[in-house]
Amino acid sequence: MEKNMSKPKLKIKNLYKIFGPKGRTFIESVKNGISKQELLDNHGHVLGLNDITLDIPEQRIQVIMGLSGSGKSTLIRHINRLIEPTAGEITVDDEDVLSMSQVQLREFRRKKTSMVFQKFALLPHKTVAQNVAYGLTIQGEQEGVAKEKSHKWIESVGLSGFEERYPSQLSGGMQQRVGLARALATDAPILLMDEAFSALDPLIRTDMQNILLDLQKDLHKTIVFITHDLDEALRIGDNIAILRDGKIIQKGNPQEIIMKPADDYISDFIKDINRGKVIEVKSIMQKGTSKGAPLDSSSSLEDALKILNNEKNNECSVVDDKGKKIGKVTLDAAISALFREKSLKKSEKYK
Amino acid sequence: MDWLTEFPSLGKRDLRDLKKGIDGSFREWSRSNGDAIEAFFDPLYFFLVWLEKLLIATPWPIILALVAGFAYLGSRSWKLALGSVISFMLIGYFGMWKDMMATISLISVSTLICIAVGIPIGILMSRYDRIQSAITPILDLMQTIPIFVYLLPVVMLLGIGRVPGLIAVCVYALPPIIRLTNLGIRLVDKEILEAADAFGSSYRQKLFSVQIPLALPNIFAGVNQTIMMALAMVVIASMIGVKGLGMPVLQAVQNQYLTLGLMNGLAIVALAIIFDRVSQRYGQRLQAHRYGKEHE
Repeated sequence: MEKNMSKPKLKIKNLYKIFGPKGRTFIESVKNGISKQELLDNHGHVLGLNDITLDIPEQRIQVIMGLSGSGKSTLIRHINRLIEPTAGEITVDDEDVLSMSQVQLREFRRKKTSMVFQKFALLPHKTVAQNVAYGLTIQGEQEGVAKEKSHKWIESVGLSGFEERYPSQLSGGMQQRVGLARALATDAPILLMDEAFSALDPLIRTDMQNILLDLQKDLHKTIVFITHDLDEALRIGDNIAILRDGKIIQKGNPQEIIMKPADDYISDFIKDINRGKVIEVKSIMQKGTSKGAPLDSSSSLEDALKILNNEKNNECSVVDDKGKKIGKVTLDAAISALFREKSLKKSEKYK
Repeated sequence: MDWLTEFPSLGKRDLRDLKKGIDGSFREWSRSNGDAIEAFFDPLYFFLVWLEKLLIATPWPIILALVAGFAYLGSRSWKLALGSVISFMLIGYFGMWKDMMATISLISVSTLICIAVGIPIGILMSRYDRIQSAITPILDLMQTIPIFVYLLPVVMLLGIGRVPGLIAVCVYALPPIIRLTNLGIRLVDKEILEAADAFGSSYRQKLFSVQIPLALPNIFAGVNQTIMMALAMVVIASMIGVKGLGMPVLQAVQNQYLTLGLMNGLAIVALAIIFDRVSQRYGQRLQAHRYGKEHE
């Protein structure tokens, strides 16, 4: 947990977005708790974001998850001001994004952020190489330099040999690799990914997740990743914020979300995941020591169960990544973590 | 009960005075400003005359070679290039070579003017909704107002000859290129524009590296329409003294020369088909990336 506590790169504070011609006039009623439906029925305005406050730590992957209509794509577009907020604050490196002039904003978008889109949004009339170099050419980089730099990124996403192809000649997965390379080519420290892998089929999606995680090991970017897919969120997120009707209903690391869902909505969300694979030993660790075999704190329950079962008194000690003993874990705790009270009740009911 | 069947209208005398007044003041205005306006269009006149003389003075084998070259470069089709050359030879063989050169120079100059004026206006319309809603009714007017109605003031101002003819052609041929430039830019995928914005493009960068290239097929359809409409105006333009294939058609209509009318009319059709096919093929090739073909 403590490794997720690096200093925030990006701070969002009390952000509101109300879509409609007179959005600003309804800020007070929204603050006083008018519901999304009421606002729409009585005033014809759509509540996009409702009091979002989120600190996004540097060099981590922050996942923002929610179903369609929850406001996640709206939220990510506020970070680089593709959408103007109705009220609130956004700061990047203590710099106020909302007070930037158009020229400053352009510079900010060129140097600080880059973006990957759900539907790729590649330039259909430019080749792969030109697409990847797009951000650089916009910045006025010389053609030769831009080409050289972009070539490196084309290689790193595994598209060497496709430089002179047009996007329409590539499969969806390959197109999104171009999108990713284009975003990485500008060396911007913040990477905004708007459902970047959602349009891809499952196998390719896993591929792309691996590419992203591999690259992140070297690049250490601050990534904001939007998704509606819980498995994806748990897989790549260092932190997850769950959005519903424009409001954050829970934020925390994946273990916290699974072990302590904030409400029924989230419990419902996580009910189908494979808990044995996702929950890590550290989440069910108790204080004290044990003579049992050492278990890595980040190993999954599934792996831990076998070892615990083989131990004489079904107990293991837990060690951190440096091998230091930090606690113990019991078979009982592991088994009860596999089931949640609610799901037990449900299954009894269905009998 | 007269007031029910008779529509209440301005008195005959008042109406006559009104018309007379407007006519008189316009005539006066055109008399005092006619020279200045004529001088303003002088460069156009000289360019038009120069191009016409150049085309006529150029040896015909060179013209034929140029026609073949343009047709092939535009369409990448040998058949079309060959067809164009044969048409030109036939038109020349039947004694219409000079008239054809005059018509081609008129069409070329008016198309160039329409492109130079129309594309910037179309771009402005695509950027500002207000300009769009101000210009659209003007375009509607230009396309529907009977040609003779605006021919009259043009002739009063500039007299009879090539320049007023050119202006008449341009008024008629300008709307499609403006409309299609505007439409083409507005139809560019919003997501692609958002991506350009997200990478920090300025308006100018977005316009020239994203919007115009992606709107080119539509813009080119506009150019094609403009050429077609300019050709359609050739006969009417000859009524105010524009030389070319239209003039004999007009004579034929006035004197019942059936063959003369038919020959020149068919020559105009042949030119129209050549211009249309070549520019359409060129427009299609601009979209090569959409079909996943390799660029040449």
